[in-house]
Formats: sequence, structure tokens, C-alpha cells
Amino acid sequence: MTDATSRITVNGRELECRAAAHLSLLRWLRDHVGALEVKYGCGEGVCGACAVLIDGQAVNSCLVLAAQIDGRAVTTSAGLGSPSGGLGRLQQAFLDRGAAQCGFCTGGMLVTAAEFAGAGEALDRRSIRDALHGNLCRCTGYQAIVDAVDDVLRDQGSSSPPAGGWT
Amino acid sequence: MTTVGGRDEVQRSDASQLRVVGRPLPRTDAAEKIAGSTRYAADLALPAMLHTRLVRSTLPSARLVRRDTARARSLAGVVAVLLGEDVPHNEVWVDVPGQQTEVRALKARSQVLATGRVRYHGQPIALVVAESEDVLAEAEALVDVEYEELPGVFDPEEALGEEAPRVHEDGNLLAEWHIDSGDAATALERAPIVIEGQYRTQFVDHAYLEPEAGVAWLDDDGVITIRASTQVVEHFRDIAAILGVPQARIRVIAPYVGGGFGGKEDMTVEPYLALAVLRTGRPVRMVWTRQESLLARPKRHPMRLRYRTGAENDGTLVAQDIEILADTGAEAYLGALVLLYSSVTAAGPYRCPNVRVRARAVYTNHPPCSAMRGFGAMQVVFGCEAQIDELARRLQLTPDEIRRRNAIREGDRLPVGQQIVTPIWLGETIDQVLRAAGPRPEPSRPHCRVGRGIASNLQPYGRLVWLQDTAAAWIGFQFDGSVTLRCGVPDIGGGQAASLGQIAAEVLGVDPARVTVHFGDSARTPLAGTSTATRQLYMSGNAAHLAATRLRDQTLDAVAEAAGRARGALRLGPGGVEGGGEPIALPRALELVRGLGVPLEVLATFHGPRGRAVARDLAAERVFPDFTVGTHLADVEVDCDTGQIRVVRYLACHDVGRAINPQSVSGQICGGAAMGIGSALTEEIVLESGINLTAGFFQYRIPTALDLPDIEAIALESGAGMGPFGARGIGEPPIGPPAATIANAVRDAIGVRLTELPMTPERVLAAIRAQAHTDPPRPAPTGP
Repeated sequence: MTDATSRITVNGRELECRAAAHLSLLRWLRDHVGALEVKYGCGEGVCGACAVLIDGQAVNSCLVLAAQIDGRAVTTSAGLGSPSGGLGRLQQAFLDRGAAQCGFCTGGMLVTAAEFAGAGEALDRRSIRDALHGNLCRCTGYQAIVDAVDDVLRDQGSSSPPAGGWT
Repeated sequence: MTTVGGRDEVQRSDASQLRVVGRPLPRTDAAEKIAGSTRYAADLALPAMLHTRLVRSTLPSARLVRRDTARARSLAGVVAVLLGEDVPHNEVWVDVPGQQTEVRALKARSQVLATGRVRYHGQPIALVVAESEDVLAEAEALVDVEYEELPGVFDPEEALGEEAPRVHEDGNLLAEWHIDSGDAATALERAPIVIEGQYRTQFVDHAYLEPEAGVAWLDDDGVITIRASTQVVEHFRDIAAILGVPQARIRVIAPYVGGGFGGKEDMTVEPYLALAVLRTGRPVRMVWTRQESLLARPKRHPMRLRYRTGAENDGTLVAQDIEILADTGAEAYLGALVLLYSSVTAAGPYRCPNVRVRARAVYTNHPPCSAMRGFGAMQVVFGCEAQIDELARRLQLTPDEIRRRNAIREGDRLPVGQQIVTPIWLGETIDQVLRAAGPRPEPSRPHCRVGRGIASNLQPYGRLVWLQDTAAAWIGFQFDGSVTLRCGVPDIGGGQAASLGQIAAEVLGVDPARVTVHFGDSARTPLAGTSTATRQLYMSGNAAHLAATRLRDQTLDAVAEAAGRARGALRLGPGGVEGGGEPIALPRALELVRGLGVPLEVLATFHGPRGRAVARDLAAERVFPDFTVGTHLADVEVDCDTGQIRVVRYLACHDVGRAINPQSVSGQICGGAAMGIGSALTEEIVLESGINLTAGFFQYRIPTALDLPDIEAIALESGAGMGPFGARGIGEPPIGPPAATIANAVRDAIGVRLTELPMTPERVLAAIRAQAHTDPPRPAPTGP
């Protein structure tokens, strides 16, 4: 096994990644960075529990090798808080709506929602469902999750993201 | 929350005065889950921690000729490879209640690690323990297992044949239940209308997002501690039996669980973690892959249902004759009890004087079947509610009218003999979904047809009365007036812990944020029983309520004495001790209490109703504490070209008694309905000659956000449940109606009755093609 060295920024912190070439981003984040909010759910890119943003784009981290993303920036759900350290706007909406039950899908759900909320598009509920369909949830029936995302998008209106982004 | 008119005479336990209970407060656990700081079972890491993994059978029925671990053990980084012979007590005995010798198995045996033979695809054979996860994967492939394939049996009907291969030595019939209430045969002969139907349900997986996981270590004083994703910390006793150590030496901790739904009711990783710790003395982690979770952990029982339903010309039910055949897979687990639930609820939430039920659970070489949300009371709804719908059509009654005419009410008896002793708002749930549904939708395209269906159900909450269920809770004031609540309840995502905090805050007059709940620890929280059977809010909720009430009373008694105030005037509220003068801030009041030597804590135990064990022939004054009823409504659109069913509108209404936290109640109803819609349309564990073809989320399809419509949850508060503040359990009930609701809507749309789950496009098209002639006129339920 060859070790590769790369530089990856995780939630604003630049880290050196010295990992076996076959190590998935998911395992690197969990075992080496301690980003335990990123969850293993299926290991084959279906459930979305391991989703993170790579340069703003939601990706299933179980399907990406850590060695592949040298020089790029990863944001996990824990990186979606407000600048003051509290919950970010999306997170707050999830809380207000009761969108986290067992909470295991929540991190992946949040980063996926953050990706399209960040695009600033006005989406109807069906489009929200479409955008979230790569993230499985078994507790909520998605109802409260769609409600929470809908709240945030309504607040944003069709204008571009507020200063400081959507968090 | 809605209260339906006409029943306002029901006692509502002065809901208007509630301060915390009944408010949709964000759960105490939610903020941390959203921030990402909750530590689930797989998230713990300890110094020098090892990793462990199972080697599983690749065949469904075989003799184990040779199991050789030498190559695996010689791999660098492998610490141990365990076989069944290495397990101190490699036999787990399961009670199979109510069974006589003529139905054989009184006790069923299974192995922790298989030695002589394997009985299902994925059965554990060896346990590999290694320094790293990478080594594990390599070592697993180096364990040599030689099989001699044996004939298997993969159909429950065939399994009952004389010549069928025996899954277990005593024969393939695990359990059988009978109900004979009145005389169904004679009543069906005399009934002017008789509907006959046969229905099939499928293998279903729980598919919680968190795969089975845990970390275990050897703690001080020789205590093996297992922190695992489980619904049952009381398994510490079973683990002790397997290891041959005193029960007091095993401690199970359940952290926040990433979904359970019954799949974490039986043990999963726990015995293997304990064995690895016993062998190595080092901390060990085990995380099952999604694939092995889908492969071999117990499933929902597939059932074959035969119904004959007789009625008078006005729609009054007179008789039901019901046969249930369930594939229970290769091990007993909770199969007998699942079929007991099916038997008790098979005739639906209706009055019916003559009911005959014959239910059997049969071994096959399929994965074991056991608990899953609904626990046998779910599958039968698909049969019963189809029958009721067809009866309505035959009689030109609306589906809601026939249900209203027969709806069970307080004072009625179920076929098993149990009387309904609480006001139960079934008719109101029917009224409510129809009122909320409004006009029927129009087809979106020419080749599509739309239809509307409803279905009702009843689901027990609380355990079988002969299990003499108890739950305990400890509650104490801290000196500063904050509150500590200890209760052994595992929190599996339904807000189990938070609801207890809300109840305590209500009784003690404090802000819910001032209550900290310690939960799910078999050694350090009072045992509260399993987070199963829709029992935790009922049982632990009552225990917390009892403990808090006693603490409140002893506190106020002491303050009255110490401060010289009239006891009757005192109450706990936001100001501390209020009444009879200036409020006394809580810390000061507690100082007065301590000054009298009165403790600031209470341990209380709540007892569920007790009863006697049932026999195979079920007839009992009481089987369960009580029931939750509900009605769902769906509008569907069926694409007659592709066979695709689209759920356009979905409403789910239950009498929840009292919504302690309306947000949690709504979450349970929406989540249960969604899981039921998955069972209705897409989900199926597919087995071909015992080989599981659906061991991945690509193959096993649970609903995505796009597959579901908005689900409208309606909670009716009769205030008449047996839980705290009149609550009923709501964890399982919403899973019951969806499949029948959708099947009834599809029948309404295209005139064809689908009788097999899941209702895939292939099955819809086949049913459309097989339709020989047009169906009789189809009355639709009408809104007000």
C-alpha cells in the first residue's frame, strides 16, 4: 500500500493528509480527522449519510479517495454553523421543524440542502424533494426535512444568497 | 392538534393547564444531532482498540465439513479467530410461549456461531479479531469453510409437508395460534354476503440508516461494558449466559440509536463484542456493513393470508374466518409472538361476533424473521382492510360508512376476548381524514386514472400482560433546582428521552432545559425495559410521571412544614414554590427541604397491567394493556401504460390520546406512513433458493424524498390513553394502514384488486391485463 500526501481543507482548517492510497475520504474524515458527524450508511453511494461538500458540491465521501482531492476544501455538516458558533440558518430550520429524529441522516441531508440552498434558486417542494432524493431517511418520511428546507428557501426568496452565505 | 366534535364529554385531564406537555418543543437531543456532536455507537474509539467481523455462511442449508482458521490466524495483525467451540455457552434458548407438545417446540435453540450446520445465507460461523479494519477484510477471506450442501426448504407451505427437509430436528412448525370466538363456520353459511380473498406480504428490512455497531471494553472490577446500538439494554443477561459470567459483570449502554424499528430488538453485535473482549482483554469495535445488515439480520415476516368475511345486507359484520401462514425463517427469535399479535388483530378494529383464526409460523431456510414495527399486527391490515373494502363495494356502501358501522368502541370485545376499556376514537379518525382530504384529484395525463382509498387499524401499545411489565425511573433535584432524571430507556430516535424530560418538567414546574435525562444504561440507570412494543412513553412515561409527582409532593410537604405555609396552597411553578405568600425560589426551597432531612430524590416503578399466560388456544380477558387506532387516506394516480403508482396525497390520522410533544408525534406518524408506503410499493428482500439478492441499498429500495408526497399527520387527542396525561403509544401504529390504503385506492382507480406486496409496476400491469371484465359500480368515500 502506497501512502500519498495531500493537503485538504476541512471546515476551514488546512490539514495534511498522509493516507494509504486506497483510503476513502469517509474513513479519513472519521478515523484521522475526527469528523464523526460524517456517517457510514451503505458504503456504495446510495444513502447519502456520508455526504460532504467538496468545494461547495455535495459528494458521497464513501466513493471518493482521500488522495483524490489534494488542494480542495471539504465542508461537513459541522461546518455549517453560524460564524458566532451557534447553529446556522439551515441547521436552525431543521431544529425548529423537528427534522432530526434519530439524526443519523441529518448531517448528509444538511450538506445536500446547503448545496442547493447556496445556489440561491427558488425551488418548489417537488424540486426540493428532487434535490434531496440522494439522501435516505427512515424516520421522518422527509416531511419535516422538506418543511425545513422550504422555510429557508422562502426566507431567501429568489434573490442571491445573503451576505455571509446561507449559514 | 385537533379535537373532533361530538366527543367533548371525554375527560381531557385538564389539558388547558399544561405548561410544557403538549407543546411542540424542539427535542433536547435534536440540537446536538443537527450540530453533529452526538456520538453514536460506531463513533467511540478507545486506546489499543481492536476491530472484529463475522465470517458468514455463503449457503442457506449446508453441513459444515471443515472450518479452518489457520491461514487467517497466521496473517499479521490478526489477534484471534473464534469458532463456535470457543464460545463458552454457544446455545441461546428462546422461549416459544403458549405452545403445546403437539405443536412441538416449547423452547427453540440457536447458536452464536454455527458449528455443525448452517440454516440460512449469512449465518455467522466465525469471528475474526484484528488490529485494523484493513486486516479484517483480508483475514475474513482466509477463514476456510468447506460446506456439504443440504437440501433446503424455501416455502412455508412446502415446509409443512411430511417429506420436507427439516430446518430444525423437531420439525418445521415453530408455533401455532387459534382463536375461536362464536361459531364462524355456521355464521358464514348463514351470512347473506361472504367475501373471500387471499393476500401475500413480503420480506421487509428495517433499513435504519445506522448499521449495527458497538464498542466494548473490559472496565474496572472485571465488568465487560458494551456500548452498542440497541433497543434493549436488558440483553446483558443473555450476554452473561453466553459468556458464562455473572449477570452483574455485564453492562450494556445504549447511546442515541440511529433508528431501530424492531431490528435492534434482538441482539446484533453485542455477543460478538463481548466474546472478543473476553478473549483479548482489549477494547473492540464492531460495525456491520450495510450489506451484511440486509443479508442476514432478522426481517419482517412474509405472510400468506386467507380471509372469509361475512356480513348482513346492511354491512354489519357477522363472521371472519382467517388463516395466516408466516415464513419465520431459520431461527425462532420472536416469531411466535409476532404471530400472536397477528392473531389478536387479524379481524381488524371492528365488532365481529364470530371469528376463527388459525395462525402458523413455519421454519424455512430463509433469513430469520422477528420484530419489525407493527410486529405482526401490520401485515394483517393488508388482508382485513381489502376485505372490508370489497364488502363495501358489494353492498354499495362507501368505504367510510361500512367502517363506521362496525367500528370498535369502548366496551366492545375483540375476538380474543379482551374488552376495550378506554374511549377509542376510530370513527373520529375516519371522519377526520375525509374532512381534511377535500375533493378528489383529477388525472394529470389521459392514460392515468386516479383513485381514493382509506384503511383503518388497531395496534397494541405496551407488552403482553403476562410479561408483568415494569419500568423504573429515578428523579432528583440538584441544589440549584436543576433536575436529573435517570431511566434505562434506550432512545432510538423517537424522542424517548426528551419526552421523559418534558413530563418531568411539567410536573416539577421547571423549564425543560433544566432537566437532564440519563438513559439507556443497564448498570447506572434504573431498568425501564425495552424500547419496543410501543411501550416506552406508556411505561417509562408513567414511571417518570410517578417519580416526579412523588418528588413534587414530598418537596411541597417539606416546604409547607419548614415555611409554615398551608400545604394546599403550594405548587411548583416557574417561580419555584408558589402560593401562600411570596414565591420561594427553588434553590432556597430545596435548602428548606434539606434542612428537614427530607431527600431530594425519588425512585419509582410503574407496573403495567398483569395477566396470565395464554395457551395456544387464545381466549383471554386481557392480552395487551390497550390499543391505538387510526385511519389513513390516499389519493393515487395509476399510469395504465407503465403500471406506476404515484401517491398524490396522503393523510394519516390516529387517536394518540395526548400528544406529549406534538412534533415528535407528527414525526412518528409521518415516518411510519412513509415506511408503510415503502412496503406497499418498492421494498422487498428477494431470495432465490435462499440466496439473498437484495443485500445492498441499490437492490433494496426504501422511499426517497421524491417517491413520497407530503404526508399530513393528524393527531386526535381523546385524552383517554393509559400513558401519562392520557397518552397512547404511537411508535408502531402508523405502519399498519398504508399498504391497504394504497391498494384500496388503486382498486378505486383501475378497478383491480392487488393482493400481493409490493405493488410494483409489473404487478399492476399484470393485474390490469388479467382483468376479465369491468368491475361493478364503485362508490367513493365522500367528503362532508
